[in-house]
Amino acid sequence: MSKLSFGYEALDRTGTLNVGEVPPVPDSERVGLKKKDIAADHPTWCPGCGDFSVLAIYFKLIEQRKIWHENITTVAGIGCSSRFPYFVQGHGVHFIHGRALPYASGVSLSRPDLHVFAFGGDGDAFSIGGNHFTHTARKNIRMTYLVMDNWVYGLTKKQTSPTSPLGFKSKTDAWGSFDRPINPMKQAIAAGATFVARTTHTNPKHLLEMMDAAMDHKGFSFIQCLSECVEFYEGAFDASNPRKGGSFETVPEDHDVTDEIAAYKLADEGFPGKFGIYYKNDRPSKNEQEEALGEKMRAKVQGLEDWQILQKNFDRMK
Amino acid sequence: MSDSTTTAPDSSGKKVSKITEAVIRIAGNSQDGIQAIGGFLARLAGRSEQDVMTFMTIPSTISGGPSIFQVRIGTGEILSSGDEADVLLAFYQHSYEGHIGSLRKGGIVVYDSDHVEPNDAYRGDYQHIGVGISSLAIEAIGGSARDKGKNIFALGLIARMFDLNVEKLKKLITERFLGKPENITNNALLAFSAGYAYDVGDLADLFSFHEADGSLSNQVVMNGNEALGYGLITAGVRFGAGYPITPWSDIMELLRRELPKYGGSFVQCEDEIASVSTAIGASYASGVAVTGSSGPGIALKSEAIGWAVMAEIPLVVVNVQRGGPSTGMPTNVEQSDLFIACFGGHGDSPRVVLAPSDVEDAFYMAIEAVNIARKYSVPVFILSDQAIATRIEAFPEPNLKELMQDITPDRSPVADHKPYDLSPEDGITRHIVPGTRVASGKYPVVTGLEHDELGHPTGSKQLHIDMTAKRRKKLLSLRATLPKTEPYGPAEGDVLLVGWGSSKGPIREAVDRMRKAGENVSAVHVRYLNPLPNDLGEIMKGFKHVLVVELNDQGFNGYGQMGTLLRAKHTESKIRGITKTDGLTWRVSEIVERVHAAVENAG
Repeated sequence: MSKLSFGYEALDRTGTLNVGEVPPVPDSERVGLKKKDIAADHPTWCPGCGDFSVLAIYFKLIEQRKIWHENITTVAGIGCSSRFPYFVQGHGVHFIHGRALPYASGVSLSRPDLHVFAFGGDGDAFSIGGNHFTHTARKNIRMTYLVMDNWVYGLTKKQTSPTSPLGFKSKTDAWGSFDRPINPMKQAIAAGATFVARTTHTNPKHLLEMMDAAMDHKGFSFIQCLSECVEFYEGAFDASNPRKGGSFETVPEDHDVTDEIAAYKLADEGFPGKFGIYYKNDRPSKNEQEEALGEKMRAKVQGLEDWQILQKNFDRMK
Repeated sequence: MSDSTTTAPDSSGKKVSKITEAVIRIAGNSQDGIQAIGGFLARLAGRSEQDVMTFMTIPSTISGGPSIFQVRIGTGEILSSGDEADVLLAFYQHSYEGHIGSLRKGGIVVYDSDHVEPNDAYRGDYQHIGVGISSLAIEAIGGSARDKGKNIFALGLIARMFDLNVEKLKKLITERFLGKPENITNNALLAFSAGYAYDVGDLADLFSFHEADGSLSNQVVMNGNEALGYGLITAGVRFGAGYPITPWSDIMELLRRELPKYGGSFVQCEDEIASVSTAIGASYASGVAVTGSSGPGIALKSEAIGWAVMAEIPLVVVNVQRGGPSTGMPTNVEQSDLFIACFGGHGDSPRVVLAPSDVEDAFYMAIEAVNIARKYSVPVFILSDQAIATRIEAFPEPNLKELMQDITPDRSPVADHKPYDLSPEDGITRHIVPGTRVASGKYPVVTGLEHDELGHPTGSKQLHIDMTAKRRKKLLSLRATLPKTEPYGPAEGDVLLVGWGSSKGPIREAVDRMRKAGENVSAVHVRYLNPLPNDLGEIMKGFKHVLVVELNDQGFNGYGQMGTLLRAKHTESKIRGITKTDGLTWRVSEIVERVHAAVENAG
């Protein structure tokens, strides 16, 4: 007699999913997606928001890299920019505030076939989710994390954010903020991120270059993308925008991206600073190391079925 | 030691009493290896086709501190670790003073005469046997003064007293030290033999267990944390994430060690929130994953669990309960997390809560939890507790070949998909994992915002009403399939005891004792705690008093957490609580006394 009241059931997909007749399409016959295939809901962002250009570039990246539709996996936390997954026609996750990285880690580590993109804002990344940023970076979990940094809390209508500069007048610091802001680039380098890049929404070509390079990276790739909040922090990034009289300077050609100290020095420059890849190294990702560990351990139980592996343990407990 | 029959004297001229069971309490410090003695005895019982249950306390200090391990071994069914010990093995003065009261009158205390000065006041009530355990162990092994080996020496003494199978014990010792340097095994065997050969001259009797009747062959012996961890593996769980906290950590360590062999992995995260989030991410992408914790760790996970309820993502959350609130009593047992398991989240967030009742049940409930989670796309709590987690039991070996599950999600393409389809009457829908092609080109978003059928945000009142109802309805359809609750004892009588979790054994033993005394007492043990089975109402009708036996506080209204739920569901004033918060499991006599008092006070 079975001791289980809820034993294994092969879940009937037709009951809850419309399986229908889906003819297989060989990869050779598949065509890359166009923007119209990837665009989902119309973004809820304010007109002029920097996040629009990040979304447009993400579409372009998917098109250019020919990512199959079913493999688009977009994860976000909470915030204006974290609405991102709703606007993308693909597998999307709108998770809780600050925890996009651990969620994306679960996807990444259990599904080596996918490249996960996590999107978020400065509050999500550096305030409520600060701990996860540090640890995902140090563990080097494979994914691309793009933070749309606007230096302000926008969704909740203008409170000080962890990247708001000193003196910023918000609803929670009417007299001007005096808490020292976080420098995301320094934070990322110090935490041990293996790909650290900086870009801005006003230079879509550069943004695409950075996302493309990030996707090629085998570990945790972090991009800080300046993304202006036209509603609550208009003009924040003018000094980095040549059309507003600012200057857009890329990382010097002789910069050694494997030199951590040089990267830290770049990160220490005042605004507008440089744009491009600050730091990159090929330290093995957690994904690779877990895989190697698994291979080593599976070698010891080679040829055994799962129940036989467990049986060996049970035999020792007799 | 019950049912003893005296037989012929053995070679040493001592009487040998045949016994059906014995309770042995070993008291020392946590670094003395007393858990190892208990472990050997439990494993031996399993191999000798006897039943066994252990009970231990450990200090919450990092190293040292008083600790006990109690083993009850017997030929019949063992339901609890025993109220009173037959034999106390005391290593120190504090062990002696602190635990002599747990010995039955006439019981035997074996003390380490190197450390214990017996109290003359106790000599009349208990047989005293002093053995220089520390010095004799050092002598046997050869001069090491580090107190090593005295636990194994003591095991030898016990083996002599109870005529235990020496060959089997030696084999167990050898297996235990497998892979260690040879001299460690040799020293252990030397210490064991010295203990066994020691002439317990002062002891009047020796004992011998009745032969097993053969009904308990093919047993495995493990503790509740191991059973739960292996149950999850059997269920097909291949990914987990957690953060260290007592007493959950053992499960996490087991899964970290074992899962890679099965192509899976377990991640130690930076905090509790990351671990639940990582587990949900893996559950979303690759089939049911597990996270777990104890005490405050569960509180930290609450927000993310609420998300999994809203987004309808399957998940198993193990909660090895300990004394709370806050840091509370980390190494003591309590059943005070029922409310947080059922209701720990903001908003209406129905989820499933199961509670295993013993070590064997922990194995099977882990499998059920996974199957319920995947079928209903919902987080499922497994409410274990410190008592189940740390106690060792023997149970019939499960048929692993039959039970082992593969729960890898189907990734074949679908024509169209709505993760939150409102059309099924029972409210049950399932999500698809990334990598699943949707031919219509319309892909789902899983979300914590109230949403439409595709997962896109909505402000529609009607959708919130319908989706809230959907999340409730699917668990009501689960409730409709819950197995029938079987009362222990007749279906009618004066008193019905209701219990859950680790209290099952002592409650049943209390029922047996009271029925023997002519009282009309029965019990039900609830394993599905949320939603509660409907048939409890029918069972309660047959009794004048319904007493809910729980290890938690009586609360403002005089009954514990399960009692509150039962009152809310059945509105019966005859439902009352028997609760306590001393951090220890129920003693059978305690339950009996509390039942008598409760019936008397019913007015």
